[in-house]
Amino acid sequence: MSGGVAVAGVGMHPFGRFEGLSTTDMGVTAVRAALREAGVGKGGFQAAFCGTAYGGVATGHKVLSRMGLTGMPIVDVEAGCASGGAALMLAAGAIRAGQYDTVLVFGTEKMPKGIIRSSFFEPWQEEAGLAATPAFFALRAQRLLQTSGVTKDHLARVVVKNRRHGAANPDAMYQKETSVEEVLSSRVVSEPLHLFMLCSPNEGAAAVVLRRADLASSGPAGARAVAPAVTLAAAVLRSHIPGPVLSESTPLSGLPDDGVPSPSTLAATAAYEEAGLGPADLDLVECQDTDAARELQSCEELGLCEPGASGALVDSGATALGGRLPVNPSGGLLSKGEPLGASALGQVVELVRQLRGECGPRQVEGARVALAHTVGRGANAGVVILSR
Amino acid sequence: MTGPPVMVRAGLFRDGDAPVLLASRCTRCGQVLFPRADGCTYCSAEAPEPVELAGPGTLWSWTAVTAPPPGYRGEVPFGVGVVELPEGVRIIGRLTESDPAALTAGQQMELRVVPLHTDDEGNDVVTYAFAPVASS
Repeated sequence: MSGGVAVAGVGMHPFGRFEGLSTTDMGVTAVRAALREAGVGKGGFQAAFCGTAYGGVATGHKVLSRMGLTGMPIVDVEAGCASGGAALMLAAGAIRAGQYDTVLVFGTEKMPKGIIRSSFFEPWQEEAGLAATPAFFALRAQRLLQTSGVTKDHLARVVVKNRRHGAANPDAMYQKETSVEEVLSSRVVSEPLHLFMLCSPNEGAAAVVLRRADLASSGPAGARAVAPAVTLAAAVLRSHIPGPVLSESTPLSGLPDDGVPSPSTLAATAAYEEAGLGPADLDLVECQDTDAARELQSCEELGLCEPGASGALVDSGATALGGRLPVNPSGGLLSKGEPLGASALGQVVELVRQLRGECGPRQVEGARVALAHTVGRGANAGVVILSR
Repeated sequence: MTGPPVMVRAGLFRDGDAPVLLASRCTRCGQVLFPRADGCTYCSAEAPEPVELAGPGTLWSWTAVTAPPPGYRGEVPFGVGVVELPEGVRIIGRLTESDPAALTAGQQMELRVVPLHTDDEGNDVVTYAFAPVASS
């Protein structure tokens, strides 16, 4: 990435359910924490991008109204599950273009409970029962089971792994471990997906301050003086190429052709090129695991293993903490839950903390290069690569 | 029932002894579009020609919905699946079979029109669905 971009500070509001707290409240908590880390106050950043899908009009303005406004541009960004990744891409591009020195990027969300109701679907699709998001996940999972060595047991073990990781993450919604037996005895939502294999839509916020890399070390004295500098090596958003009937674009028809690259593969390919790195360079990954099969599909699409080999990747233990390439050391969305506009930046916060060595019992030792991936309706796929 | 069945969306399918899906075919790249569209998502050509898809096709993926999704007024469980039609298109739709264990990959599926629920005026609301072809 020409004209380097550094991460000057990160902040989180935990993901979960928070009665009495608004979308704005949670955003304020995350933004204040990130600005504090970056040593930035009012006037210290020239633009703000806010990822949100359900926040409503001027979500970003409402958050920043609580901390001193300067007339700067504040732009809300909606790109489904990849909203935060889209906001990060826009902010990084603006810094590289020389438009700004320092930009605030945040995401905040308060999702309704239950199956996500999306204005993406037409009313007749809802009426016909064809707006059932878990069913689309399940149709993809069925294909994975039919066409590779992946079994239901693999799906359960993904959940067990992520929930074990999440037990060590104080920002996660579920901090309790589970077992293969417990996962497989939870009710079937849509075959082959059981309840425990699906993430919960929920609430939370995350924030990141980006700064021109050549200015990053000249911040206020004491601001992150001891932490290693983390660089944004790539931030890419891609949409879909039509054809795959089970694409996140959720069409009603598609082509009998399994060779069309997915939005996640398009985004990953572009991100690896932008960073000048490849899958073999990665030390850890946070990827979209809205359901257990989605994590395996993500691993294949991101090139972490050969197509069809994600079951073997689980068997090898590589993706667990302590393995060769830990996937979702934060516990993933299966442990954290998914607040759409905040989930991608939540991944980035986790990876920045991992690269700084701040993650305690879930620390990936010696991590230097990390990748974050989100994908969802639109279709939208975001891939972010960070390094130190 | 007080009137004839109401289609869940006009222009999606035609009911009758041999129901069909109403689709379009791009006059430039030849791809099939369902539902009907006024432009091709694959090549951007405008004014695709109307075609009718009659089936039968083969089952490509399937599952069942066990809890009512948002905005749905019918009964659960119900099947949802992807059927590949000989016209070179895969279609997502309801399945008449709601037990995933009763279905197998590649089996023949035919087009049906099935009731969803009764609307506030007492009319049956119907949609397209795929049903296993009875083995003879």
